[in-house]
Amino acid sequence: MERPIAAPRATPIRLRGLVSSRVVNTIVLVLVAVVGVLVIARIWHRGPGYFAQILVYGVANGSIYALIAIGYTMVYGIIELINFAHGDVFTLGGFVALALLPMFGVKEGQPTSAVILPLLITLVVSMLFCGGVNVLIERIAYRPLRHAPRLAPLITAVGMSFTLEGIMFLWRGPFFLHFPDLLPRARIVLGPDTTIGAKELTVIGVAVVLTIVLSLFVERSKLGKAMRATAQDRDAAQLMGIDINTTIALTFFIGAALAGAGGVVFGLYFNSLSFDLGFSAGLFAFTAAVLGGIGNIYGAAIGGLLIGMVQSFSDGYFDSTWTQVVIFAVLILVLVFRPTGILGMRVPEK
Amino acid sequence: MIAALRRLWETDPRRDPNTLTYTLLVAAAIVVPIVAAASGSSYLIGQIADAGVFVLLAIGLNVVVGFAGLLDLGYAAFFAIGAYVYAELASPYLEAMGIHGGIHLPFWLLLFVGMFVAAGFGALLGAPTLRLRGDYLAIVTLGFGEIVPRVVRNLGPLTNGVNGISAVDPPEMPVWLSGPWSGDPLKIVTDLKVGDPVGYYLIMAVLVAVCVVLVNNLQRSRIGRAWMAVREDEVAAAAMGVNTVRIKLLAFAIGASLSGFGGAFYASKLSYVSPDTFSFLVSVTILVMVVLGGMGNIPGVIVGSLVIYYILYNFLPDLPGYVTAIANSLGATGILQQSGDWPGLGEEVSRLKFLVFGLILVATMLLRPQGLMPSRVREQELQKGTHEDTTIEDVTAATTGVG
Repeated sequence: MERPIAAPRATPIRLRGLVSSRVVNTIVLVLVAVVGVLVIARIWHRGPGYFAQILVYGVANGSIYALIAIGYTMVYGIIELINFAHGDVFTLGGFVALALLPMFGVKEGQPTSAVILPLLITLVVSMLFCGGVNVLIERIAYRPLRHAPRLAPLITAVGMSFTLEGIMFLWRGPFFLHFPDLLPRARIVLGPDTTIGAKELTVIGVAVVLTIVLSLFVERSKLGKAMRATAQDRDAAQLMGIDINTTIALTFFIGAALAGAGGVVFGLYFNSLSFDLGFSAGLFAFTAAVLGGIGNIYGAAIGGLLIGMVQSFSDGYFDSTWTQVVIFAVLILVLVFRPTGILGMRVPEK
Repeated sequence: MIAALRRLWETDPRRDPNTLTYTLLVAAAIVVPIVAAASGSSYLIGQIADAGVFVLLAIGLNVVVGFAGLLDLGYAAFFAIGAYVYAELASPYLEAMGIHGGIHLPFWLLLFVGMFVAAGFGALLGAPTLRLRGDYLAIVTLGFGEIVPRVVRNLGPLTNGVNGISAVDPPEMPVWLSGPWSGDPLKIVTDLKVGDPVGYYLIMAVLVAVCVVLVNNLQRSRIGRAWMAVREDEVAAAAMGVNTVRIKLLAFAIGASLSGFGGAFYASKLSYVSPDTFSFLVSVTILVMVVLGGMGNIPGVIVGSLVIYYILYNFLPDLPGYVTAIANSLGATGILQQSGDWPGLGEEVSRLKFLVFGLILVATMLLRPQGLMPSRVREQELQKGTHEDTTIEDVTAATTGVG
């Protein structure tokens, strides 16, 4: 939810009284330039085909992060809470799908035409289930604390994250679970050394469709308008006759449904799940939401894509053990120079 | 007349829960080791000494979160920095780098080195980022908290990567206690082998006491009032002439320094450091300790950290044992055995660990959103709702509560 408040652009950071801003900026810029030259040299060395291939993987990866990040950003936009349980709702989506697929008699190796309908049903059911769970979480753990000190709901969010992980742990145990490999293995050749598989297309397709539907809903529908109004000023929205509780519950529902879809798609793409997956995925997705400017749906989508691409470029061109460091370093740099994220607007202090 | 008596009754220090808590804590700190030593249970004392490290960390994070109102989600990073500074400079490990025998600097010096290095990193991270609004700062600190253990893990030759550094030196008594001049009067102290839990316990107790006094004084100083002003309304604080960036940076650095201090002690106590000890989970645990105890109120934070430490490191690991014992005494031995999908009662209960901890967190926060022992000022604000309702009596009561 954008906050349509006309405001001046964020002013660049100044370290008055500490170090001369020019010195710091120069040092950081030189560092960024050096890293940039190194990256370009690497990319040049491996050739354009490899570059395009990594880009494809990055977009697919990023689509999943975008699906999770949108839920984070919506919830934050409406009640200013970092919903730590969100990453685990994402995992829950994958787990529910994993339990549902055998019920439809879906097995690996069946032709795509036989699989596609059960998969769609599974996707929808998982989304609804995750949405329901998240509404329940909001009702139990966040709504009673709406007027409590700001950090109290944060702690219940952590508690809910542990609870969800605990339930999934009890359900399937501490192991990596195999998610059936159902999508066709066909790959379309895009160019020399570059292919895109049905898996990548599915992931990207699901993310794009859901994001478009969501943004249409938020911008065009009456409920979407209510959500935007609530995000902007809860009291005023209430005075205008908007049912705040329903609107907030709806936000939680939609956010979780997207995360649940992300979980199913993750399972289909990577064919592996584990109960504590949501922790790091949630962390990256939250990073993506902040990177894009928290509270902004398009920002979350762009941030998710960016994080996914940074991840696959770091994995593909450098050492994957440093990927996490690279992601968070990019985050810190972006926030230092653009304190409200890429698409975020400056919100006046309340 | 009656009003005066009433005020006397209300401001009587004996009715102040904080005084009561401090008294109980000090009494427990003295009695428990004596009882434990008499019953020969050195394990318990070791556990309390470990809990002391978390008390230190929680007090430090309380400066950042409770006093200055800055949400820090990467606090364990400074803990790691302190621990690794100690481990590098007081272990044989650096021999691998070509330094014969490694470096063995004295414990008491390194406590402060760890502290200052951590504070330096805190200032380094804080300087460019403290202008960010609340939750952006939280995510930057979270990122830093993830970066530090990763870097430590990846810098193989310098830090020994995942394997960590072992055989770290244990603490020694300060030179002025163990020097040649320390004759019989100090015999108890000099004879104390620091390797044993009682020695650690004593050092820990002294360090915690010193930190509590220091932080309490800070809270009542000009700086402490500035922190509170920034926490309540940053714009108004700036308008009143508080240099908000500097004051926030100070909170950040002081918090980090306490964490580094605790880290150095922890490394010497465990005699081993590894990057896995300093994950995001540790940062969250410390935050939970602060919020659950009662943000901004030092005795509350101490109680909160002791409670959470007990739940996480004693209650939950022992839970399967308890449940198995109960089932045994009830004669229900059937559910103890593993069969099919059922992993046996003990194993099943140990799998419940996450769930139980999560539910405990949710339940306590729902029952006491302000924490177990909230700061008096904050409690009054909460009860009265808004500032507009606050009367002069409230303000006097609140200010006498804080001093």
